[in-house]
Amino acid sequence: MNSHIVPRKIYVLIWASLMLLLLLTWGVAQFNLGELNVIAALTIAVTKMLLVILYFMHIRYSPRRTWIFVAAGFIWLLIMIDLVLGDYLTREMVRSL
Amino acid sequence: MPEVHTAIAEQFEDMPQQKSAATLGMWTFLATEILFFGGMFMSYITYRHAYPEAFAEASRHTIVLFGTINTAILLTSSLTMAFAVHAAQVNKTKSLVRFLLLTVFLGCCFLVVKGFEYHDDITENLWPGPHFKKSLLPQAQIFWFLYWAMTGLHAIHVTVGIVLLAIIARMAARLKFSDFYHTPVEISGLYWHFVDIVWIFLYPLLYLINRYS
Repeated sequence: MNSHIVPRKIYVLIWASLMLLLLLTWGVAQFNLGELNVIAALTIAVTKMLLVILYFMHIRYSPRRTWIFVAAGFIWLLIMIDLVLGDYLTREMVRSL
Repeated sequence: MPEVHTAIAEQFEDMPQQKSAATLGMWTFLATEILFFGGMFMSYITYRHAYPEAFAEASRHTIVLFGTINTAILLTSSLTMAFAVHAAQVNKTKSLVRFLLLTVFLGCCFLVVKGFEYHDDITENLWPGPHFKKSLLPQAQIFWFLYWAMTGLHAIHVTVGIVLLAIIARMAARLKFSDFYHTPVEISGLYWHFVDIVWIFLYPLLYLINRYS
């Protein structure tokens, strides 16, 4: 009554995409692509996450106020990862000065 | 409509406002969950950076088949959860109960597969400690410590989700929900999808990225 009703067809479509992406990420892992393996795996994982959040969790149909709350969690996560990597990835540079 | 008065708590103007407050509350909780799991992902990134060879070697001992099956199970359970919310929205109680129970069932399947996998991992001496597999580099234990901690914590979340959805299914069977009021179904669904998302990241990091490198 008070919420946007997503047609079931869309849910099935999203599920099929998720399964295809699962097949793709498994397939890519069968080859040695060096650093590209990590990049491909994480790109596919982020894509799957976005599909789940936007459609299964209805964020696509939610007001911007909800978007802010969703983004906040991830922004704090990125701050943590960024600051920690900013330390670890630059230690070698400092030593070689 | 008598249910209007019982379903809306007195501090709210109307149902959309109440639902919106509940949704924001749940996402605030999920933000703390993101950071809770985030700390472990941060440890994984840091130690993988420090010991790339040990991590690559260690990750080749996870069982991809089990991991892949479990990913498919969880993704499918997210679909049945979405169907449950849809059933609630269009006021189909029978179908709501059925999809909730199906989601619970798939959650249980996930735990059973994980149990078989844990059994094989232990048989292979992949539990960190004095009896840890001798052929691996010592730092491989850090990978396996993170494996047990992260998948264990995730499994606890799946278990909580199963109990939660079972309670919601019982409430649904007792006709507590309708197209007018079904916020608990949606909120529990958000939790279930979140647990699915955590696994979406655990799967490539623990099973895939160094498989053939």
